[in-house]
Amino acid sequence: MRISMTVNGKPVSGDVEPRTLLVEFLRNHLGLTGTHVGCDTSQCGCCVVHVDGESVKSCTMLAVQADGRSVTTIEGLAKDGELHPLQKAFHEHHGLQCGFCTPGMIMSAADLLNRNPDPSEQEVREWLEGNLCRCTGYHNIVKAILAAAQSMRAMARAAE
Amino acid sequence: MYAFDYFRPSTLAEAAQLLASNPEAKLLAGGQTYIPTLKQRLAKPSALIDLAHIAELRGISEEAGGLTIGAMTRHAEVAASPVVKRVIPALAALAEEIGDPQVRNRGTLGGSIANNDPAADYPAAVLGLGATVRTSKGRAIAADDFFTGMFETALEPDEIITAVHFPKPEKAGYAKFPNPASRYAIVGVFVAKTAAGVRVAVTGAAPCVFRATAIEQALQSAWSEAAIDGVRIDPANLNSDIHASAEYRAHLITVMAKRALRAAG
Repeated sequence: MRISMTVNGKPVSGDVEPRTLLVEFLRNHLGLTGTHVGCDTSQCGCCVVHVDGESVKSCTMLAVQADGRSVTTIEGLAKDGELHPLQKAFHEHHGLQCGFCTPGMIMSAADLLNRNPDPSEQEVREWLEGNLCRCTGYHNIVKAILAAAQSMRAMARAAE
Repeated sequence: MYAFDYFRPSTLAEAAQLLASNPEAKLLAGGQTYIPTLKQRLAKPSALIDLAHIAELRGISEEAGGLTIGAMTRHAEVAASPVVKRVIPALAALAEEIGDPQVRNRGTLGGSIANNDPAADYPAAVLGLGATVRTSKGRAIAADDFFTGMFETALEPDEIITAVHFPKPEKAGYAKFPNPASRYAIVGVFVAKTAAGVRVAVTGAAPCVFRATAIEQALQSAWSEAAIDGVRIDPANLNSDIHASAEYRAHLITVMAKRALRAAG
């Protein structure tokens, strides 16, 4: 089946079987391997991407379901060679150990900050329900997200 | 996953026709249970009929003082809806506790109740509020008749849920003791004070959502936590698994009922 969608701002298309998962289309057809597959049972959140601006597990969505829609992956977050504030904050606050869960953590957090620019620590922890870090590095992950939220609020104020 | 065909109807009539002419096909709603099922090769449908592009299955509206919610309305939409928060805040709160944010961004009301997982949240609200399930065959199925057993409902094989109508309760609340990994209910209790009396629905504890009549009777005489103190739930027909024994679940039902009552105010 022929499908077309926008991925990280660029129009793409491909021929897929209906059973092709969105994450398989991103990784195997488009070579966007920043989106990881951690568990294959829809629990770990390593494969989180945005579809029309909302975070979803790309291992629990068929590529044909994303036909005609706009997808953003971790590769699409940096703008003009400048890391996204969440990427910077994960770097600065060491929000990763092995790094496997990081793309999903960042894409999930980006959805949270779009909805709630000033979350409490509790709200961040609750939001990360669907993202597992097997290094158990949650403390710095939460710290990084709160720091990113603060710098994004400052950027928004500066832009006003 | 086994291979399957894929259909993307844009009207309910088209979807119903496809389902009738492909008896081995399955409906795809949000896919948050069914896609994992397919990945494990636990199901082998000939085709999937994707309901995502049928506008008439979506949306939240006020009707007869209560709420009518389209079958394809996602949990995140119900949780964030100002209308739901105003008319039946307990329903918005329940939707906010389903799974995780990514599941709530895809999972749907119709998908949840059609699947009727013994530990799902929505069946407790549908049964607890005495809602009505509307279908493509023009049927309006009372919640008391809809949930017939473990993963079983009153739906016919070629019938599609279109919407659920929830009457507005005087008071309602939901409390769940979640499995910390899956967020499914080990026990979830929905309490509602309605014009027709008190309704108490329990999910997670037994093979199918059910009404806890002993708690209903106690709350009918006095809408208070103290009224539940004397109620003992028989563990005989409750689930026992690695997460909780039947006796523990029986105890949790009264504990969660009290918390739900507190949430209801």
